[in-house]
Amino acid sequence: MAKGIIRAKAKAKNGSTSVKIMAKHAMETGNRKDKKGQKIPAQYIQTMSVAYNGKQVMEAHMGTAVSKNPYLAFTFEGGAKGDALEITWTENTGTSSTETAKVR
Amino acid sequence: MISRRSVLKAVFTGGAIAGLGVMMPKVALAAWNKTAFDTDNQDTAMGALYDSAPAASAEVNLKAPDIAENGAVVPVTVSSSMADVKSIAVFVEGNPNPLAAQFMIPAGTKAEVSCRIRMGKTSAVTAVVETASGLFSASKEVKVTIGGCGG
Repeated sequence: MAKGIIRAKAKAKNGSTSVKIMAKHAMETGNRKDKKGQKIPAQYIQTMSVAYNGKQVMEAHMGTAVSKNPYLAFTFEGGAKGDALEITWTENTGTSSTETAKVR
Repeated sequence: MISRRSVLKAVFTGGAIAGLGVMMPKVALAAWNKTAFDTDNQDTAMGALYDSAPAASAEVNLKAPDIAENGAVVPVTVSSSMADVKSIAVFVEGNPNPLAAQFMIPAGTKAEVSCRIRMGKTSAVTAVVETASGLFSASKEVKVTIGGCGG
């Protein structure tokens, strides 16, 4: 399986699952300049959607003010060890990908 | 009556869905609100997201440092004990684009999110919680020693 940018930890405990996601992404604001003084084009994750068993449990909309390597933590009801979370992210460039993480 | 919000959503949905590529997600995503994210004015950003102004409420819990050593990474946690929370948004008034992020909270998800944001300078951070019964907010001034917007 291709290595993605999402690192996720999902832990099921007492009827809910806590999720911590870190995406490896520069979240370029478009304001930074390179060594030549040229502006580095904006490239950042705009949406990140997390689904559990086909049901959406989180949808994050981000702008350039989200830190590099975006971090997101939240908790949802239910979830069982061994099940999979689907994390779909989309960039301002249109690039999109879906990655999975297992609930522990 | 067609609300401004639904018109904006309809206009931007086309662009957002086109960008999703071959992989069609099993759940439909709300459109990324370009007007709200691109504006340099916090009131305009709020107006693009919501139909009315939020009311300050003690039931919105905004956790952020008093002083952010590094403006590039400011940890923020927003939670609310209110029922029927639909979304939580974080604004940084002094940023070039005040809207930092908006989190849609589906039924079954706890109304609590943690994220890390960039702050260009000392500024008020505002969390807005959208519920079935209205909009509520909490604000806090976060001092920034080194700005993090990369400008």
